[in-house]
Amino acid sequence: MTTATPPTGTGPLGKREARLAWGLLFPTIAIVSAVVILPLLAIFWISVKPIGLADLRPPAPVVREALRGSDDNLRIQYRVRNSSQQEAISGVTLTDVLPDGLEVLSSDPRCEISGTRIRCDLGDLDGGAREQIEIFVATDDEDAAEEAAEGSEPAMTGSGNNILTNFQFTGENFARVFDGNEFWTVLWVTMFYTVFGTIGALLFGLFAALLLNKEFKGQGILRGLYLFPYVAPVIAVAFAWIILFDPFSGSANALLVQMGVTSEAINFFGERPLALIMVTVFEIWRYFPLSFLFILARMQSIDTDMYEAADMDGASPFQKFWYLSVPQLLGILSVLFLLRFIWTFNKFDDIFLLTGGNAGTRTLTVNVYEQAFAVSNIGAGAAVAVVIFCCLLAFSFFFFRFISREEGL
Amino acid sequence: MSMLRYGYVAGPLIGALWTFVMAVVACMVMSFATGEGLRPVLIPSLIFGAWLGFVWLPDGGRARSQRIAWSAGLAIFPALAFLLLQPAIVGAESTSTLTLVLAWIVFAVASAWPLEVMLRSLPFGSATRHEFEDAVIRFFTGFGYVFFTAIVAIPFYVMVMTSLKNQAELLQNPLDFSIDVSQGWGLFRSYQELFADFNFGTYLWTSFYVSVITVFLTLLFSVPGAYAVARLRFRGRKAFSRSILLIYMVPMIVLALPIYIAFSVTGLRNTIVGLVLIYPVTTIPVALYMLQGYFRGLPAEVEEAGLMDGLNRLQVIWKITLPLALPALASVSLYVFMIAWNEFLLAFMLLDDPSIFTLTRGIASLNSSEIPRQHLMAGSVIATVPIMILFLGLERFMTKGLTAGSVKG
Repeated sequence: MTTATPPTGTGPLGKREARLAWGLLFPTIAIVSAVVILPLLAIFWISVKPIGLADLRPPAPVVREALRGSDDNLRIQYRVRNSSQQEAISGVTLTDVLPDGLEVLSSDPRCEISGTRIRCDLGDLDGGAREQIEIFVATDDEDAAEEAAEGSEPAMTGSGNNILTNFQFTGENFARVFDGNEFWTVLWVTMFYTVFGTIGALLFGLFAALLLNKEFKGQGILRGLYLFPYVAPVIAVAFAWIILFDPFSGSANALLVQMGVTSEAINFFGERPLALIMVTVFEIWRYFPLSFLFILARMQSIDTDMYEAADMDGASPFQKFWYLSVPQLLGILSVLFLLRFIWTFNKFDDIFLLTGGNAGTRTLTVNVYEQAFAVSNIGAGAAVAVVIFCCLLAFSFFFFRFISREEGL
Repeated sequence: MSMLRYGYVAGPLIGALWTFVMAVVACMVMSFATGEGLRPVLIPSLIFGAWLGFVWLPDGGRARSQRIAWSAGLAIFPALAFLLLQPAIVGAESTSTLTLVLAWIVFAVASAWPLEVMLRSLPFGSATRHEFEDAVIRFFTGFGYVFFTAIVAIPFYVMVMTSLKNQAELLQNPLDFSIDVSQGWGLFRSYQELFADFNFGTYLWTSFYVSVITVFLTLLFSVPGAYAVARLRFRGRKAFSRSILLIYMVPMIVLALPIYIAFSVTGLRNTIVGLVLIYPVTTIPVALYMLQGYFRGLPAEVEEAGLMDGLNRLQVIWKITLPLALPALASVSLYVFMIAWNEFLLAFMLLDDPSIFTLTRGIASLNSSEIPRQHLMAGSVIATVPIMILFLGLERFMTKGLTAGSVKG
């Protein structure tokens, strides 16, 4: 007698479902890995290479073709130079098609001519080297020949040492990043900005959510208004802040002077440590709407029965907040804290626009830009990016450990 | 602490704090409206407020008439403060009497009326915990409304008003935001110049179509992906949905550097195509995450019924799931549109050619010392207004969509 046993493993239906799932996911995986995973690998590659902004264009031979002279002296002239001043290019060749109606009188020893095709082998070009090839020709119509000669572009080959793809490595980028006090200053600034920006945005968001967690006329308008900082383009609000807090013609300074708070103008975004505090305040201002939205959504889903029961038991408003609302909100608050912490840590645009990383506001992300573009050392920028990425991995480890318990959001 | 529970202690205390806040508010409102200097004075406004808080306490044991007689005697204190120190609000030398009177009216109304509401249920004598906390909460609620409205409204007010003025006026008195209506259309001079001389019409159009294409591509990729993650069973589902979250935590600046290099090498830098290639990838993870949350919430039975009736999976998605998910699609589209419209970093790094600037890149190019500030602010207004209108019109969708899945900050 056979006993019925449940099937084990994946059946054909299950396999079909999995195939369909991967089919649906494939385009997303493909494009995301092309634009996220590849750059991430590239960052690691670049971070150990001695590469500057100027090295992005690999050395290549550059040619100029012209028809010069006249009558007996008529010649086609190719002037070849190396685009790089330092790097040599090897195996440089030039191929071109001579215009019709030209009769070649004498050629350069480096060139072979077969019919109208010309091919010259220039060998190696040193950094900054220039070469010249002249081919004497005769023609009936000089103008037409000139136009034809200068119209057709000669093809060049030659391989230079491309720093992006060769196997030259250096540890100097990381040495530079961790060198001296600068790194620790940057790290400290990042932590200050992240911790206070996150906590501030959460507290203000909680306060705003408490305000709007009741029905009244104009609640919708106020809610819309309070979301403005988050919805507006960062560049618009950042410049509005800069103009508002300008030391010479800013309204904030004028107001403070009028009110007698200060006797002379304050340079809000230009002084240490005020600038750091100001960018943190900006971060709080810009992102409290987000926490407010999430906290409000959670608040509105709390059962009202509980509050009625608490009312019956004579709980005071503060007690209701502390013993009922806060425990209910703890989940969303902690998830928000983690998410905001990571995103604030990653923030670049805000500080870049407000201070450009000056006056002691350079965070790790701003440092990437600073190293790569201001100092033109792409390798060092990539090294900072690697440091950021490692911090991020550590954070997300915590995040996932936590979120699997807190299956919210 | 228990001292505070007496109406005659808590009332004046709340009154003093509220009145001082209102003195500051009245000064700010009048200064921003007229540009004339006004200053709140701490001690007199506190004394005045304490007195007001005492008078407004409702009857409790003592009749109000009795108390008014009492406080008439006590009125000596505010009067003394007025005479010996200063009134609660004073003007600068140049301030006109009219402005000062108006400020006083604003101040008096804004102090007296809300205070009456706040203290309505606070008895004169010993208050229960309930009554006391209610009064405190009403104070904080009122303060919260004023505070949040002020911090949100002021930067936007400054942005709009600055765009309507000219440089000389602004330098002369940074507080003066009054506009000269008699200029008529001349007020919008900076806007005219932006559209006529700075190509802002093209920027607006570029931003618009880049955002629309981004929304379209994002949905195209994320809908099948989200469906697969939400509904189909396959090995590695959990790992996949986690890696989505992880990817959406990778900071943009880390990716921007290799993308910049890759685009420089391949010649995609400085093209709209490059931008349109990269924007959807930054938004696909967000959209995927939001959509899969929504798909999970849809009843699976409806889809199973469709399968039983002979539709295949793709038909089920097209004919059943998508129509049911329209609200979610709307909110995701809106959100992705907002991200693409506001995007600044990539546009700033990748675009150099003024003829293909997006709006945010165009504003960044206005940030130079040769271009007057009102142009910068007018550009900011042009970028902010469309997204605000779109957002306020569809605010309900937006709020739901944002809180349905997690959100990128």
